[in-house]
Amino acid sequence: MTTMTQTAPQAAPASERPVLLSVRHLKVWYELRKWGFGLAGYVKAVDDVSFDLHEGEAIAIVGESGCGKSSLMKAILGLVPPHDGQILYQGQDIFAGGRAGLRWYRSQVGYVQQDPFGALPPFMSVRRILEEPLILVGVKDRDERLARIRAVMEEVKLSPPEDFLNKFPHMLSGGQQQRVVIARAMIRNPKLMVADEPVSMLDASVRVEILKLLRQIQEEHNLAVIYITHDLSTVRYFSERIFVMYAGKVIEKASTDELLWHPQHPYTLALLNAISDPDAANARKLREVPPGEPPSLVTPPPGCRFHPRCKYAIEGECDVNVPPEFPTRPQHLTACWLYDERYAQQRQALEADLGDLA
Amino acid sequence: MLRGAFKELVRYPSALAGLVVIIFLVAVSIYTVITIPYEEAIRLWRGGEEIWGDVPKLAAPAWFNNFTAKKRPLTIKMTSDDEAGVERKQAQVSDALWTDDVVYSFDYPYDDFPQEIAVTLLAQVREKAPYVSLIWVKPDGTEVRLADMAVEGGKRVYRVSQDEKLGRKLKLPENVNPVVGLFAEDPTAAEPVPMKGTYQVRLEGTLFEPEDTLQSKLVVYGTVYGWAGTDHLRRDLGIALLWGTPVALSFGLLAAMGTTVLTMLIAAIGVWYGGWVDALIQRITEVNLVLPVLPILIMIGVFYTRSLWAMLGVIILLSIFGAGIKTNRAIFLQVKAQPYIEAAKAYGASDWRIIFFYMVPRIIPTIIPSLVTLIPSFVFLEASLAVLGLGDPVLPTWGKVIDDARANGALYQGLYYWVLEPSFLLMITGIGFAMLGFSLDRVFNPRLREL
Repeated sequence: MTTMTQTAPQAAPASERPVLLSVRHLKVWYELRKWGFGLAGYVKAVDDVSFDLHEGEAIAIVGESGCGKSSLMKAILGLVPPHDGQILYQGQDIFAGGRAGLRWYRSQVGYVQQDPFGALPPFMSVRRILEEPLILVGVKDRDERLARIRAVMEEVKLSPPEDFLNKFPHMLSGGQQQRVVIARAMIRNPKLMVADEPVSMLDASVRVEILKLLRQIQEEHNLAVIYITHDLSTVRYFSERIFVMYAGKVIEKASTDELLWHPQHPYTLALLNAISDPDAANARKLREVPPGEPPSLVTPPPGCRFHPRCKYAIEGECDVNVPPEFPTRPQHLTACWLYDERYAQQRQALEADLGDLA
Repeated sequence: MLRGAFKELVRYPSALAGLVVIIFLVAVSIYTVITIPYEEAIRLWRGGEEIWGDVPKLAAPAWFNNFTAKKRPLTIKMTSDDEAGVERKQAQVSDALWTDDVVYSFDYPYDDFPQEIAVTLLAQVREKAPYVSLIWVKPDGTEVRLADMAVEGGKRVYRVSQDEKLGRKLKLPENVNPVVGLFAEDPTAAEPVPMKGTYQVRLEGTLFEPEDTLQSKLVVYGTVYGWAGTDHLRRDLGIALLWGTPVALSFGLLAAMGTTVLTMLIAAIGVWYGGWVDALIQRITEVNLVLPVLPILIMIGVFYTRSLWAMLGVIILLSIFGAGIKTNRAIFLQVKAQPYIEAAKAYGASDWRIIFFYMVPRIIPTIIPSLVTLIPSFVFLEASLAVLGLGDPVLPTWGKVIDDARANGALYQGLYYWVLEPSFLLMITGIGFAMLGFSLDRVFNPRLREL
């Protein structure tokens, strides 16, 4: 953590700004079919997730692979229809307006993908790639499109634009490719950007630059950002709040510093412990990781989904009842039974470990 | 990008050779369509005696003579109106008698006998038919009286080979063509040799009215003709070989394009929409793959139509759901999983836009080589249909030439040119497109280069 000391932008407190996107009891379940038909069950990738995203606010969704963060992202992008629950954009259900409504909503959302090379059609020039979203919102005038493309390319520091307009993706470096992806996401002046691990496939040297660029764009355009990552070490760059997901559920929500310095959930603690900093001492330290694997999303464990791997689990509670969100600290919600008044005693073991981390 | 591909392509000698062949075939097609318009070609190819009467039957190409010591005769054709070699004397003998004598002289430098000699007489008379005597004069001066006849009905054709009396007059053995008797130095020899020199045919006509006219035409049918030879109906094979080129190319190209493009689109639609659409396409393909194409085409040819373009339609229909669906599907499934497709969806590209602008361009490099290599297989299919007697009844095509040759026993009669010419054209078409196609494959799919 020591290498990443920047703090998240602190304009007006996020909670005072109007809500841009509201996720209500969202369930993204994929159908499992037997013999090609006949329902065999569901993969419960996202199970009852709710949160509000304010205008200009950056949030990070953190979790290991397979925890449902990509499915949550796809639902927010309108790519996967939810099984249940709602996604409200400025108070409107994004799926309620039909095709036209979804089209308009999509023009309000920018999408930055993980693999910059795969995210760019290899047979299109940079110019064509950036033109496509403009054509789709009906910008008919070529010069107008080109002017907009130039402006955005300058903004993502692909300058002079002339050097890049007619290049194909394979002629660009990984960092340049990702700048084109960001330019494409920004070309229609969105209010919301969804960034899916935008730096995880880049060289370490380019990562910081891209993160700085994203943050700069976010500040300049007062952009709401949903930043999805499995890497807690990049989160501090521009998120104000962090949601930790585990097996389809959000188990902890807190402001960035709050979460990083005062984690409350046993799983978050394990995640933070797993961050490797370039420190010679780490080589000799044996990290404590929770035993076992993330659970099956088809038949998730009853109660708290982390309980089979949790060494603090309370028998008769954690394995039976789904934990509600407890306000454990200011701006901090934790879905863990240990924070129930009744279990203050059992909590002491966890608090001792949390103390060690600090 | 395309220019780069072309530059890389011409580095392969096989591609260059293939291109040369294809350019040659295209040039021939353009030349043919311009010089022999479609209607003219059909008229010629379906024409009978009125068009091909003066052309020898089953004659080999004239350029054969360049490669043999024994020179075979070309056709000699003269009419009474010609200047060169024709002497015409018209005179009045009395009030009711006019003579019209014509002497045809021609050089005969060949080492083989002609096929036939025919004299056609055309008379325009009021009442009494003119009377004509035909006298054959050999280079050594011997004369043979061929025939004396009245030109009844205004037209009369005298053919030497059908004149049995002449054979007896020349004291020829049985089964020897009287033509041999007229040309040979010694007609009774075991292997008679034609006498070289200037021959004459003297035609002595007698007319009975001042306005009467007599026209005549002498044809000495050779045994070689044109650059391609002739068939059993005296038709110049050159017309069929020339016209077969644009027909074969357009048939092959249309069929290959039609099947490739439609197959690709159907596979893309199936992959994109998935679910029951994909399942339906896959099942149709599996059923279609086991349907025998050729028997279906034969049935259609026998019961419904033999039109080339109807066959083309049926072939495309039957080939759309071919194995191509499966291979294209495999590629499209990979493409569909690419992040840029998800991105396109996220910025609101419609289904059709994604299929045409995002999926199809990815498959085009693999499609072009297979399209090129597919063209000759359809050209061959057309020829096979023609050989099975299901060729287009109107159009002259290479396949129909082979079919005619087969039906008339060309190979048993030693008329190899009849079979070899169209076969050679079919073969270079196949080789040309195959060489270009394989090189294109290497250019567009560089991984193959290592093999």
